[in-house]
Amino acid sequence: MEWVWENFSTIWGYTLDHIGLSVPPIIVGFVLSIPLGYWTSKSRVARSVLLTIFSIFYTLPALVLFVLVPVALGLSILDPNNVIVALTIYAIAIMIRTANDAFASVSPDVRESARAVGYSAVQRFFRVELPLAGPVLLAGIRVVSVSTVSLATIGGFIGIPSLGSLFLTGFQIQFFPEIWSGIIAVLIIAGVFDLILVGLGRLLLPWNRRASRRRAARMAAQAVTA
Amino acid sequence: MIEFKSVSKLYPDGTHAVDDFSVVIPSRKTTVFVGSSGCGKTTLLRMINRMVDPTAGVIEIDGDDIAATEPVHLRRGIGYVMQNSGLLPHRTVLDNVATVLFLTKVPKPQAYERANELLDTVGLDRALGKRYPGELSGGQQQRVGVARGLAANPNILLMDEPFGAVDPIVRVDLQHETQRLQKELDKTIVFVTHDIDEAFLLGDQVLILEKGAKIAQQGTPEEILANPASDFVANFIGADRGKRRLTVDANVKPNGNDLVLIDAGGYAAGVISAPEGKLAVGTASPKSRSVSNKTSQAGDA
Repeated sequence: MEWVWENFSTIWGYTLDHIGLSVPPIIVGFVLSIPLGYWTSKSRVARSVLLTIFSIFYTLPALVLFVLVPVALGLSILDPNNVIVALTIYAIAIMIRTANDAFASVSPDVRESARAVGYSAVQRFFRVELPLAGPVLLAGIRVVSVSTVSLATIGGFIGIPSLGSLFLTGFQIQFFPEIWSGIIAVLIIAGVFDLILVGLGRLLLPWNRRASRRRAARMAAQAVTA
Repeated sequence: MIEFKSVSKLYPDGTHAVDDFSVVIPSRKTTVFVGSSGCGKTTLLRMINRMVDPTAGVIEIDGDDIAATEPVHLRRGIGYVMQNSGLLPHRTVLDNVATVLFLTKVPKPQAYERANELLDTVGLDRALGKRYPGELSGGQQQRVGVARGLAANPNILLMDEPFGAVDPIVRVDLQHETQRLQKELDKTIVFVTHDIDEAFLLGDQVLILEKGAKIAQQGTPEEILANPASDFVANFIGADRGKRRLTVDANVKPNGNDLVLIDAGGYAAGVISAPEGKLAVGTASPKSRSVSNKTSQAGDA
């Protein structure tokens, strides 16, 4: 514990680096996955091609991707953007499938009725399909957030400062408080991100909360009568 | 007035959903398309607001070819009520009713005021306006669906099996409500159903459709009942099964001036006024057709 206080500024610095590495992939991955997932939910060809490509990306070990990205983009091997790009690819790989399912889950009745009352295609997307896909998209981005925060530690192993750097040095000198403080800091970041996402979900999807509360009440009532 | 002129719909796989269909749908009346699943009745309905475009033929509303009107614009001017209400689950009841008004840029206060009035019109408590559709019963949701269809005060209201998914008691309630609204609001209603009793109850004009939207018979319920044009029609309206062929029950003593009627199966189907033992001859008020002799249509559902 003493070590933590003495090195708090170092840990804090790595924490900020870590947040800097993980926030852009989460946001960019989410934003890119929405049009891609919408497309795959509409076109069978897009679905089979894109989902397969990103599944393959997802099976690539992170370390390999961190080495391939600078080669492909012509960046220096120590550029933090390598990690950001690689993590974005992982984020999309997870998120595109969820986004596809989210849009596919919108009831065809609702879609048709929106058409029948005179929503244009663009209005239908922004005012009907996107909000209704919201709950599933939220579930997806929560997974992406946790996975990105934990994957960003690998940046430490290729010399890009992050909380992973604490693991690296901690292992090298067999100093466990350093490893532990790294792990706990990662958990805290992941937890805080998740709370923020859940809060945003409540703010943006108020109807969903009331609907699920109603569902829960109904199920409880059924359990009592059964 | 809506007019179908030799309208056909041929799908790329070669099915003729609609084949050379022509009919005139008079204004301020209820026209019912009735037929079994897959006869093309819903396709016909959806052609009126260009949800489906015909591959041949012309549809005119008050003499204007609808193909010339931009679909989104056309739809905003035509009410549409569908089977599973189709309400937007993420918008409150009031927002749902006001949907079309928002789309046509009616200022919010006016839109909400109109939406509240419409809740009154369809017999819903204004307090329900703040709820989400998922918090309403099936019957209430259908009423909201009707209110939404009426929001833009359209001349035409399209109803696609609107009461198909609610239980029989609520359905009868909603059917009577539809009759009341029609009397009050004087809309041109085009109604699609597979339930012949519903068709006879609500329709001023009934079209019985066979596969490919071929008209088996067209007329008032009275005309069709009195004179089925074919075996198909007789079968469809249940005349051949004796459900609609009623006789006076000889075994039951007249109760006052009423005689008990039985169907071919011997089941009591209703009573008829027969002053002094004679059948009264007279004209019933036009909309007093009864829903007794309601037959189960479960098999067609």
